[in-house]
Amino acid sequence: MSVCLEIKNLTKRFPGVLANDRVNLELRDGEIHAILGENGAGKSTLVKMIYGLYQPDSGSISLHGQELHFSSPRQAIQAGIGMVHQHFMLIPALTVAENIVLGSEPGNIHYRRKENEEVIRQLSKQYHLEIDPSAKVGDLTVGLQQRVEILKVFYRKAKVLILDEPTALLTPQEVEQLIQVMERLREQGIPIVFISHKLDEVKRVSDRVTVMRAGKTVATVETAKTTPQELANLMVGREVVLQVSKPPQTAGKPVLEVQDLVVAQGHAEKVRGVSFEVRQGEIFGLAGIDGNGQFELVDAITGLLPAKSGKVVFRGNDITKANVHKRTTAGISYIPQDRHADGLVLDFELTENFVLRDFARAPFAQFGQMHRQAIEAHAERLSESFDVRPHRIHAIARNLSGGNQQKVILAREVSREPELLIAAQPTRGLDVGAIQFIHDKLLELRANGKAVLLVSLELDEIMSLSDRIGVIHDGRLMAVLPGGQATREQLGLLMTGVKLEKEG
Amino acid sequence: MFWHILAQPELWAATLAMATPLALPALGGTFSERSGVVNIAMEGIMLIGAFFGVYAACLTHSAWLGMLGGIIMGAVMSLIFAWVTVSIGADQVVVGMGVNIFAAGLTTFLLNMIFGYGGTPTSTPHLPNIHIPGLSQVPFIGPVLGQQNVVVYIMLLAVIASHYFLFHTNLGLRLRAVGENPQAADTAGINVWNMRYLGVIIGGMLSSLGGVYLSLGLLNSFEPNMSSGRGYIALAAMIFGKWTPFGSLGAALLFGFSTALSMYLQGTGNISTNIIQMLPYALTILALVGLVGRSTEPAADGIPYEPNK
Ligand SMILES: Nc1ncnc2c1ncn2[C@@H]1O[C@H](COP(=O)(O)OP(=O)(O)OP(=O)(O)O)[C@@H](O)[C@H]1O
Ligand SMILES: [Mg+2]
Repeated sequence: MSVCLEIKNLTKRFPGVLANDRVNLELRDGEIHAILGENGAGKSTLVKMIYGLYQPDSGSISLHGQELHFSSPRQAIQAGIGMVHQHFMLIPALTVAENIVLGSEPGNIHYRRKENEEVIRQLSKQYHLEIDPSAKVGDLTVGLQQRVEILKVFYRKAKVLILDEPTALLTPQEVEQLIQVMERLREQGIPIVFISHKLDEVKRVSDRVTVMRAGKTVATVETAKTTPQELANLMVGREVVLQVSKPPQTAGKPVLEVQDLVVAQGHAEKVRGVSFEVRQGEIFGLAGIDGNGQFELVDAITGLLPAKSGKVVFRGNDITKANVHKRTTAGISYIPQDRHADGLVLDFELTENFVLRDFARAPFAQFGQMHRQAIEAHAERLSESFDVRPHRIHAIARNLSGGNQQKVILAREVSREPELLIAAQPTRGLDVGAIQFIHDKLLELRANGKAVLLVSLELDEIMSLSDRIGVIHDGRLMAVLPGGQATREQLGLLMTGVKLEKEG
Repeated sequence: MFWHILAQPELWAATLAMATPLALPALGGTFSERSGVVNIAMEGIMLIGAFFGVYAACLTHSAWLGMLGGIIMGAVMSLIFAWVTVSIGADQVVVGMGVNIFAAGLTTFLLNMIFGYGGTPTSTPHLPNIHIPGLSQVPFIGPVLGQQNVVVYIMLLAVIASHYFLFHTNLGLRLRAVGENPQAADTAGINVWNMRYLGVIIGGMLSSLGGVYLSLGLLNSFEPNMSSGRGYIALAAMIFGKWTPFGSLGAALLFGFSTALSMYLQGTGNISTNIIQMLPYALTILALVGLVGRSTEPAADGIPYEPNK
């Protein structure tokens, strides 16, 4: 097979960070080439340079033997390179069709609305990525938005595909469809660069894997000749425990009691009468397919959405009508699922992000005056103990890699020593090392007798951490099963709304 | 008695005439802000258009060439504004304010230097009123729509053309995309800066035409600060009109109506004209508070874009 894209000694430095350090990569025609690496290893930086979004400081990129010097994505698109970005590059105010054709609109002057929508409809059928071309992107769920991103690349008929964590936000079914599409493209000879943190996906779909660590490419291996364990070790540079060990422990008094809760968003009832409790020293996992009301339920518990009826009781006090601030100060911490929209102020420094919830209180402030020293000391302590990289407390949150952004949120929420931590999708988009770290922290809270409500779309995560598992379907709690005994099949059935037979 | 006033075609003709120097800069602002550049420089650019319109008309003895000169100078001023705000990334509001102060000073200075203290000559050619043959004979409609200044018709055409451009052309789609999310537009292969220059310059041409209308259409002379805050009212009209051409026109008509009404009532002396002149501003505040629904400004309005960061 001939070499399609060749990268030699590519280097890129950001203020204070060597993001890519003499990176080498060789993409052959018709192969799916996975790039693995910890959060912040430099994967996105590498592909952004290929796509013309960043200019390398040194080194070369060549396509079919010809050296490329892109100063903007325009040239990359013209050269036939297509990229799905890790963070959405969508315009919420425009429709699906407008987003997809933007920049490559057919015709000269007039925007052909009807025709474009029809083309997109066909395209989405062809790739089994069903979508309504006339819908406004801002109204779509994140999963559907991801589809729009993927369709954008297909629409441009790219000859080389770069997918930067395309599966992070997809449901297992959608991942399956995407993998099939990738395999079909491979048959057509289109090479694909595939970035993912999910070792099983990488193992399944890729031909070769290049592993990056701290800005360097450390190895390229053939997928068939390696194991997930070996890949994980290469990535992190030490032994990684892929299995969580969870000591047995008896739960204490209830911390959170949810009673017959109904939550509506607009006219639709998203949560329809849910009751459960989370106790001291336990992790309660809430499993379910995206869009079945789990996140509305969380919003009602944290106070972001009002409850239509029912009660939320926290340590014996009815907090159904309390505002977010009251709930927070009462001892509820929250890791929101969308870290960009709800978890961080992206243009603030880490110091400020670390005290977002407590900036108005001692020791961070007194008489309305902020205490910089206390805030900075706090930031130093957190970024040290949670291993936030780069270790610079005045860095802007936006410039951190996804995993490190998540660590900042985790550090803030856990350091408040909450009685209850609500974690919505806490490990989405994170590398195995970071996932392990976050799981350890959740288990540490549990060991300290705190309550944890874990909401995740990943069954593996739910099953390995939870003491009890609640399954939500269509706004109703289908069942609560003991963590150790629930099987993947049982949970899968419950998640799709099939009631289990009562066992003896 | 009120209904009697509303039945006067002159009132509506005046409404249209007074709305024109608001609608044009409002339209100009819409172009600029749709591309993501906050533009409060309409006031200054109107003055530039008004002055250089008269100056070019005097030099060439043609009102048409005067209009062209005014528009060109408005475009040049906008080009400078675009260079500083888009390429250099300076604060758009501060630079806009600077343009306004600079333009007021420059035009007054040039007026005195070129034309002396007597002001611009009374022989300055005038942009003609147009009589539309069939239309001007129709009762009521005729006096309102059939015999306005040529710029009024240009304004109406510009509103329609702008709507078509912004919402029904590929280029318009790109321009709006850049104002909503420049990075997304960049990754789609669109040159963000070019689009922003385009938005600002078209906007400047429309605003300066508003100024030309004041000096060559309504008055045929230039006086210092003759835009008298219209650029700012146009800003309100643009927001009121939710950054759309027809919305801007509608808001400009509302403001134009109250100006026309107060001129009309000045003679009768029944109602304090101060109250009537206050009306559009009160309406604007109510509108912005949420009576006409939330205004949705372009998401990236006012944020400079630096590619390759
Ligand atoms: N625009 C930027 N300015 C400053 N630093 C940056 C910028 N973009 C990335 N970095 C830094 O470069 C390093 C590599 O980041 P990059 O986004 O490439 O990581 P990644 O491997 O894609 O991680 P993840 O798996 O979390 O997406 C990180 O330390 C990050 O903080
Ligand atoms: Mg990345």
